[in-house]
Amino acid sequence: MNALDIRSLMIDLPAPAGRTPILRGVDLALQPGRIHGLAGESGSGKTMTGLAVLGLLPSGAHTGGRITLGDTDLLALTPGRLNAIRGRQVGMVFQDPSSSLHPMLSVGRQLTDHLRHHLHLDRKAARTRAADLLAQVRIPNPEEALDRYPHQFSGGMRQRIAIAIAVACEPRVLIADEPTTALDVTVQAGVLRLLRRLCDDLGLAILLITHDLGVMSALADQVSVMRDGLVVETGTRARVLTDPQHPYTRSLLDALPGNARPADPPAPATGPGEAAPGDRDEPTRSTP
Amino acid sequence: MTAPLLSIRDLVVQYRPSGRPPIRAVAGVSLEVRAGEVVGLVGESGCGKSTLARAVCGLTAPTAGEITFDGTPVQPLRTRRRDPALTRIQMVFQDPYGSLNPRRRVGAQITDGLRAAAQRGDASTPDLPDSPEHFLTRVGLTAAAAQRHPHEFSGGQRQRVAIARALAARPRLLVGDEPISALDASAQAQVATLMRALAVESGAGLLFISHDLSVVRLIADRIAVMYLGRIVETGLTAEVWDNPRHPYTQALLAAIPHADGAGRLPAELPGDVPDPAAPPSGCRFHPRCPKVFDGCDREDPQLTPDGVACRLYAP
Repeated sequence: MNALDIRSLMIDLPAPAGRTPILRGVDLALQPGRIHGLAGESGSGKTMTGLAVLGLLPSGAHTGGRITLGDTDLLALTPGRLNAIRGRQVGMVFQDPSSSLHPMLSVGRQLTDHLRHHLHLDRKAARTRAADLLAQVRIPNPEEALDRYPHQFSGGMRQRIAIAIAVACEPRVLIADEPTTALDVTVQAGVLRLLRRLCDDLGLAILLITHDLGVMSALADQVSVMRDGLVVETGTRARVLTDPQHPYTRSLLDALPGNARPADPPAPATGPGEAAPGDRDEPTRSTP
Repeated sequence: MTAPLLSIRDLVVQYRPSGRPPIRAVAGVSLEVRAGEVVGLVGESGCGKSTLARAVCGLTAPTAGEITFDGTPVQPLRTRRRDPALTRIQMVFQDPYGSLNPRRRVGAQITDGLRAAAQRGDASTPDLPDSPEHFLTRVGLTAAAAQRHPHEFSGGQRQRVAIARALAARPRLLVGDEPISALDASAQAQVATLMRALAVESGAGLLFISHDLSVVRLIADRIAVMYLGRIVETGLTAEVWDNPRHPYTQALLAAIPHADGAGRLPAELPGDVPDPAAPPSGCRFHPRCPKVFDGCDREDPQLTPDGVACRLYAP
């Protein structure tokens, strides 16, 4: 039984001339207690896939296909019904904890808000649960930390807090969009271990969106590679990273430091569009 | 042995936030870069590596110590026009979205660099023609790109434009402050190797600052590892990578996840970088050091001539 099933998901956005296709039929299946990695470069649609699950698409977006959680199609829900699922059954961790946390609300307030809303806990029970959560993500002195504000924590601690908020209501699915990209490599290691532990302990199904194939290799059980709104390859971690079937996956792996051909001469003048991956000649879309 | 192009001696840079104790971002660093040499400076955020880069370019005034470039001291940049000799130091910043002027064509911005070289009297030669198009093709863009605005390019291409602008000023020292961290993983290695190739080709030195050891390893001849305002280890790239001596360097290397498909979680370095306003006593790394032993909290190890600042290797 899949925790989350994405079937031929299509998204397009309004553009000055007609509509721009963002996703062109994405299929993904997330299993409980497993981490499914979604790799690809900026603009490939991996973030949009995550946002679609939470119904957080930019205004004017048209969707097609199905996103099934249990037996509910998330794309067909009214905003009210979706609100009951968002934060309750599907949690999300964003890239930058300094912008995903509210700077003027205490950590305790941000942790208890949705506990009280979704689980109808009273103030005291919510606070106890919040302290438990902070302990679970290894924040020192959790009781005391509840009364502090995000700026009083380091980047790694803030991301741990954001993860605690995302898993507070014991969701079935966690969408983690570049959860360690803003962190130092030493801090990243700790957050990766935390995600793995939560996945194993809580039976969470995690969709790990990252462009970092090192992170992917450390954490993901299954890996899908996206390009231009399509999944070009899906398989087990070991298979995709050591024996990629698709030339695009191969080119991503070749572009990694250490795998690149040594003493690469400066690229000759390439025309637009024929540049190497990651360097496509188009105005980059700003992600919402 | 040639005289170093850039020589930093016991540099201290202190910030004075109002109402709070001063922060010593760089606490006594000595470093040299020779012509044609690529030096990689690595460390976690908050270790002072960007402050060091800014001091080298004269963007931040040093509190103590000296920085000399080609024999002349680097003066901090003030409202007066900078000494033309110092325009031979050029910097590539982290964020090409912020470092390029969005309202000017790319060609015009590269011409700024050409003009800086011309003012210094560095006339163009047949193999170094004086046109923005020439520099654009050298960084792998088309000559037609000169007529376009920064927003028409992707992040990797914008960083190439920023590199072209820096190169147009004919630098003898190129300073890259995290020039690749805003780029897609697949573009990072390319842009880094491009910077190395262009700097070495023109005989310039390159000080490449990054938190990403796996990229620095690709392009640097020498690596310096910084922790909380100090250099804790320095050496030839291959030696540091294959045989890291300082426990901090070892932890940095162990934390890098490898895309080998093996599913190994990288080793964690517990704790956070301490507040630079109140650095720990003794060795600055001792509260997080896995190999801490008696005396580390009292004795402050200095960088030895063979390039490691740790009491484990005390003579």
